Amino acid sequence: MTSTYGYRGRALDLITKYGIKVGDRIMVRNERSSFVGVLMPRSELDDDAHIVLKLDDGYNLGISIDSLQIEKIPQEEVSPPPPKAPTSRPGLPRVSIISTGGTIASRVDYRTGAVSPALSAEDLYQSVPELGELAEIRTEILFSLLSENIVPENWTAMAKSIERHIKNGAHGVVVTHGTDTMGYTAAALSFALRNLPVPVILVGSQRSSDRPSSDAYLNLKGAVLATAKAPFAEVGVLMHSTSSDDELVIHRGTRVRKMHTSRRDAFVSINSSPLARVVDGRIETLGKYKERGGDLELKAGFDEDVVLIKSFPGIPTDIFDPIIHRGFHGIVLEGTGLGHVPERIFPAIKRAVQSGIAVVMTSQCIYGRVNMNVYSTGRELLSLGVIPGGDMLPETALVKLMWVLAQTRDLEEVRRLFLTNIAGELSDRSEYEEVWHP
Amino acid sequence: MSGSGGVRVGIEIHQQLDTSEKLFCGCPTVLRDDEPHFTVVRRLKPTTSELGEVDRAALFESEKGKVFYYQGYKDSTCLVELDEEPPHALNGEAVSIALTVALLLNMKPVDEIHVMRKIVIDGSNTTGFQRTAKIALDGWIDDAGQRISIQSLCLEEDAARKISETEDHVVYRLDRLGIPLVEISTGPDIHSAEQARRVALKIGRILKATGKIKRGLGTIRQDLNISIEGGARVEIKGVQELGLIPAVVEYEVMRQRRLLEIRDELKRRGAPRPKSEISDVTDLFIHTESKLIKKALQSGGKVMAVPLFGFGGLLREEIQPGRRLGTELSDHAKVYGGVGGIFHTDELPAFGITDAEVKSIKERFGAGEDDSVVMVAGGERSCKNALIAVVRRAEAALDGVPPEVRAANPDGTTHFMRPMPGSARMYPETDVPSIVVTREILEKIKSNLPELLENKIERYTKEFGLSPDLASLIVDSPYSVIFEDLVKSYGLPPSFVAATFEYTFKMLRREGIDVDILDRNAIKEVLIRVHKGEFAKEAVPEIFRWLALNKGRGVSEAVSALSLSAVDLDSVRRSAIEIVEKNMETVRREGERAVSRLMGDLMKLYRGKVDGKVLHDLLSEEVRRALQKR
Ligand SMILES: [Zn+2]
Repeated sequence: MTSTYGYRGRALDLITKYGIKVGDRIMVRNERSSFVGVLMPRSELDDDAHIVLKLDDGYNLGISIDSLQIEKIPQEEVSPPPPKAPTSRPGLPRVSIISTGGTIASRVDYRTGAVSPALSAEDLYQSVPELGELAEIRTEILFSLLSENIVPENWTAMAKSIERHIKNGAHGVVVTHGTDTMGYTAAALSFALRNLPVPVILVGSQRSSDRPSSDAYLNLKGAVLATAKAPFAEVGVLMHSTSSDDELVIHRGTRVRKMHTSRRDAFVSINSSPLARVVDGRIETLGKYKERGGDLELKAGFDEDVVLIKSFPGIPTDIFDPIIHRGFHGIVLEGTGLGHVPERIFPAIKRAVQSGIAVVMTSQCIYGRVNMNVYSTGRELLSLGVIPGGDMLPETALVKLMWVLAQTRDLEEVRRLFLTNIAGELSDRSEYEEVWHP
Repeated sequence: MSGSGGVRVGIEIHQQLDTSEKLFCGCPTVLRDDEPHFTVVRRLKPTTSELGEVDRAALFESEKGKVFYYQGYKDSTCLVELDEEPPHALNGEAVSIALTVALLLNMKPVDEIHVMRKIVIDGSNTTGFQRTAKIALDGWIDDAGQRISIQSLCLEEDAARKISETEDHVVYRLDRLGIPLVEISTGPDIHSAEQARRVALKIGRILKATGKIKRGLGTIRQDLNISIEGGARVEIKGVQELGLIPAVVEYEVMRQRRLLEIRDELKRRGAPRPKSEISDVTDLFIHTESKLIKKALQSGGKVMAVPLFGFGGLLREEIQPGRRLGTELSDHAKVYGGVGGIFHTDELPAFGITDAEVKSIKERFGAGEDDSVVMVAGGERSCKNALIAVVRRAEAALDGVPPEVRAANPDGTTHFMRPMPGSARMYPETDVPSIVVTREILEKIKSNLPELLENKIERYTKEFGLSPDLASLIVDSPYSVIFEDLVKSYGLPPSFVAATFEYTFKMLRREGIDVDILDRNAIKEVLIRVHKGEFAKEAVPEIFRWLALNKGRGVSEAVSALSLSAVDLDSVRRSAIEIVEKNMETVRREGERAVSRLMGDLMKLYRGKVDGKVLHDLLSEEVRRALQKR
């Protein structure tokens, strides 16, 4: 959807013929009625037999293009009022906000209905004025990506940008991010930013910020507060902790997973307690954390030749052939239960390991740890050279394997690094929780 | 007043539709009063750019920071109402009812329906906007030979139900949120109070003709917009009863006329435009006897005041029955300042405020005979906001009638609610696909248009022999569908069924029995079983009473609880014979007339269990037999 705003085919021909574009005020007439209004965009799903008009009472309606006459009504261009200059009290901690996409801050043009991102410091201060009372804010628009389109290269760029902001004296860095793959990015930054001296908080919204009920404002305020004041220096993901607009929760970047398609509290810490809660503007830490301070060391490379494969009944025996053939460097398996795959793919796994591919086992149970010593299937897999993923999330294991493989291809060294706890992604104790699922 | 003085009235009718599911999710369209299963807390964040001007910005201040509690039920509200899941596709049943109504109102349906988001910041929608779609435009209905234009028909989601409210929070229930409703707006073509009532009635009857609208309190709401020559367009919200419409129109016309008179008087006096010269006058009330002021001062509050030069005596002027210009000022103070009300020197000394205090406060501002001073007691911020609103409203009095949104009081007078909304803040609901209104869809609806109520009344008198009055009562009631079904499919006598709905139900309603909650199928079952002779007609009120009081229980349970189960006619006959034999003296003496005497004894045994007429027939037979035997 570029300059044609969803118009295509016959409808596009018609507006082109009349020299009309979206946002123009027009009068349209057919044998039944006539309307005056502003031409509006169409959705990708709409047909090419109608145009959309916004009437003066604010309503949109679609009008059939059959025998439609259009007339353009000249009008003055109205320029939007200039945004207020940012106001921020001096002496506040400096926080950087790096935006990568998503709609954590956006404004609606009620004339055309277009939703556009509001990402400059000015825009942010204007849509969330309270930010000015929490911190002195610098902003950077790094990408404008839907999170499903983010690739490992983008993680590297984010890590480098964060490094720059920290070197320039930021007390903390907020990264705004679409929620779909925010968990993957959080894990990637957790590995890339070694010896992190300040908090880095990823934040998103499940309801886009053009609506008054958006969770964006509370989340963004919480993230700025946490980066300015939190005692920990780790990568975290901040979102709502319930469906209500009150308590926020900061999850450790390597332990967080999006567990619901749409709820505000979709993000959940798996196999670990969250880093902190934010209640009534106070940060309450939960459990151990890395304190602020130290010299940042960047290890921001990721090997993209890694795949994540889920085991299932009937998984084909030749499933790894194309992977081996194409020369991938790593496979993360999402096995069943304690970390199992059907016996019949053992030969395939054996071939993969022999051809130099690192094979890691995690569990599709999501909760709990793999243990491959209990049943013979597990023991056999271990003997084939499969690396057990402990209580690591499958997605975190994927990111970690990418990170490890960017440093070494030596399978022994890969195994050693992979089994070492780098950023809280592994633990050897499984704590008891009365309610272990969200 | 009718027909004169440039009175222009438009009506906007909001009617809930009786669909099985809500407009954007699969939840049932039921309201509930049992304990909610959960509550979530939310805040809304409107940005000032969405409101803009001074008035609205001020109102926004008072709304800002309010916390909203939403109560829901696991089995009848879902993540969509909670704004935790995107809306599902537009409910097809609701669209087809809306199109049906549009065609009955001679309107032109749109070619393609687009759902919009209309910004609403009072928390009544969890999203912060109401979803609404224009379905049709440009129709008309006839009123006594005059065409009244129908400008627009929209299909929208109803808002959440307000349960309670305090200064800093509002509790809403999600059950009502998402129930489909149609909003029908007439042009400002109505010229009298009586005409307004007729037009509303007519549109109401067209809605009823679909048989797919909700009935009962709160399911229909009329808003009126009223203006007179030289006045202003004022919107009046929430007129729930049709009968109140004429009063609302007349009182608003009265209000606008009086306000114009007050404007003329202010001009004659040369009153200056009031300024916000708000002063702290707490010092004058340190030793006051006024309980209200004392209370405010004790809780750390202040007394603040502002002079209105040239307004002396005018605040006392009545503009609607029991409401004065002072009341208007007070309404604004309440809405913008959140205060309980105002004091003004036109109504003082009173409320424990002495003549001396009035004098000293007037002196403070150099106010004379022709001037007034308005005072407010409370927290400093509230006082200031309240008095700024008072000054703004007083200033508007110099120009006549301010355009604004008002709410109807139960007696037809109105009070200030909020400023007139600017052009609605609307943008597309991109989560809901548009719907093309195809020729096929329209043809299908056209060929199934429901019978208009006028035609139905006529048919009922011809086909079922009902009196025109009874026919119109049934047709207007929610029971015409069951009525026809019982008469046509089950062969019940029309007069018996009609009488049940009109007289029996009316009687029960007077007793305070909520017959509207009775299940349609249960109603049918009762009447069919009576018809079969399973129990007596006389028992019908008793059964409905029991069913209404024992919500959720069935007809058979009612029958056994009331021990109404069918009586074997042979045993009735045996009882009749027994009675006749016991009273042979009387039978011999009085002949057939003895039946009415002995009827009482038989009734004692079978009242409510056997139809009175059946008892009478049996007894007559036995009396005759006994007489013949002799
Ligand atoms: Zn629902």
